[in-house]
Amino acid sequence: MGYSDTIRSLYQAQIQEIREAGLLKQERFIHSPQAADIEVEFPSGASVKKAINMCANNYLGLSSHPAVVKAAHEGLDSRGYGMSSVRFICGTQDIHRELERKMTEFLGTEDTILFPSCMDANCGVFEAVLTNQDVMISDRLVHASIIDGIRLCSAIHDTFKHSNMEHLEEKLQLHADKRLKVVITDGVFSMDGDTALLDQMADLCDRYDAMLFIDESHSSGFIGKTGRGTHEKYGIMGRVDIITTTFGKALGGASGGCVSGRREIVEMCRQKARPYLFSNTIAPVVVSGVLKVLEILSASTERRDKLENNTAYWRKGLTEAGFVLKDGDTPIVPVMLFNAKLAQDFSRDLFDLGIYAVGFFFPVVPKGQARIRTQISAGHDIHHLDKALDAFIKVGRKYEILGKTKNEIIERYGS
Amino acid sequence: MQDQEIKDIVLKYVINEYVEDDDQEVTYDTPLISGGIVDSFSMVSLKRFLENKYKISIPDEKASPEAFDSVTKIVKLVKEFI
Repeated sequence: MGYSDTIRSLYQAQIQEIREAGLLKQERFIHSPQAADIEVEFPSGASVKKAINMCANNYLGLSSHPAVVKAAHEGLDSRGYGMSSVRFICGTQDIHRELERKMTEFLGTEDTILFPSCMDANCGVFEAVLTNQDVMISDRLVHASIIDGIRLCSAIHDTFKHSNMEHLEEKLQLHADKRLKVVITDGVFSMDGDTALLDQMADLCDRYDAMLFIDESHSSGFIGKTGRGTHEKYGIMGRVDIITTTFGKALGGASGGCVSGRREIVEMCRQKARPYLFSNTIAPVVVSGVLKVLEILSASTERRDKLENNTAYWRKGLTEAGFVLKDGDTPIVPVMLFNAKLAQDFSRDLFDLGIYAVGFFFPVVPKGQARIRTQISAGHDIHHLDKALDAFIKVGRKYEILGKTKNEIIERYGS
Repeated sequence: MQDQEIKDIVLKYVINEYVEDDDQEVTYDTPLISGGIVDSFSMVSLKRFLENKYKISIPDEKASPEAFDSVTKIVKLVKEFI
């Protein structure tokens, strides 16, 4: 037997180490559609409990929207379940190209190519368009999928301090001799909820002849006046060379992603990006759902407006209650607890009160920056937010952290 | 050029480039990569800085995470090529 007891013991020991370090990730089983109100089985085998979901990427509340579900049903009926092929053999339907055209229009770019996920888009794009004569300069807090894409690419890689434009400029000068330069950032940073300074970045890219890449996974659909993304917020639509984004969050929340941007870059992805070439694309049922999402968002800004109001209400409530928050104005609102155990205990107590919000700690966030990352949705109504706030205050009182500063919390619980 | 002078230049660069927490103390022998101060990705700027500063070329195979793991080790590497 190839899988010997020795091999089994080796893995068991590694898993035990993860468990003992308090880092074992456990899934919670949700027995309902994704929404503000969910039914959760946690831990595994426990009875199902109703909870308010405060940590989904369901920013626009479209994951289970009746019109999206109906469109998906219709797509299933009219285009079938699967394609059983990659795109360039016989895996492309008319609706795949239609979605690419609609995303191009929505993001204000030149062309778009779909990927099975945004993780795949980020993994495939750099290798497809850069060589070892080029340089990628990324913000130090970009998403893990971008890091993986960078690893797969032969261009050299450098970083700049998070949102530090002077440091970015130094790096553009240091690498001025490279053939192509790409500046890489998230539009909205998923752990802190802050936005990249895209207007300044676009100016620097113009000055130093560099391309600009942004991952809009936590932005598409709701950031900017009409929800087009961070590039709309900063008034630089048309100046971003490469945008990647996901359909797995605000845009229906199912799966799939894309690269959108300059026509030639999209074409290079179609010729060379390996996750596009060697994997089936998004299933027709999902494509049909996303098309409906884009129709809803293009007709009205009602949902992103509600999200903006909900976010302001939630931030104000937490601030007045005396929690330490990360600054920002996006629906990602991190409640800072600093200590990993405190974050886990806090999350468990919230769940006991019917609020589902997960604690994040090292290595997902830097040591000493443990937190509960709350994420607001247009699917929340004020009564959801009030109930959640009430629970946060109760648990905050229990641990005596309300009105306390960062240093006071660290002094009591450690970092 | 004296070792000490190179050491100080490299230490100053490392602190300015990689250390974001003012309380973090970095000395000549602090483990940089294995200690989590410099990720292996960010080594490239250090390598390019050294190459520009000392007009040298460090082959990629020599620019290993081990060789870049402390200021003292970096200086030893640089001296090989000056």
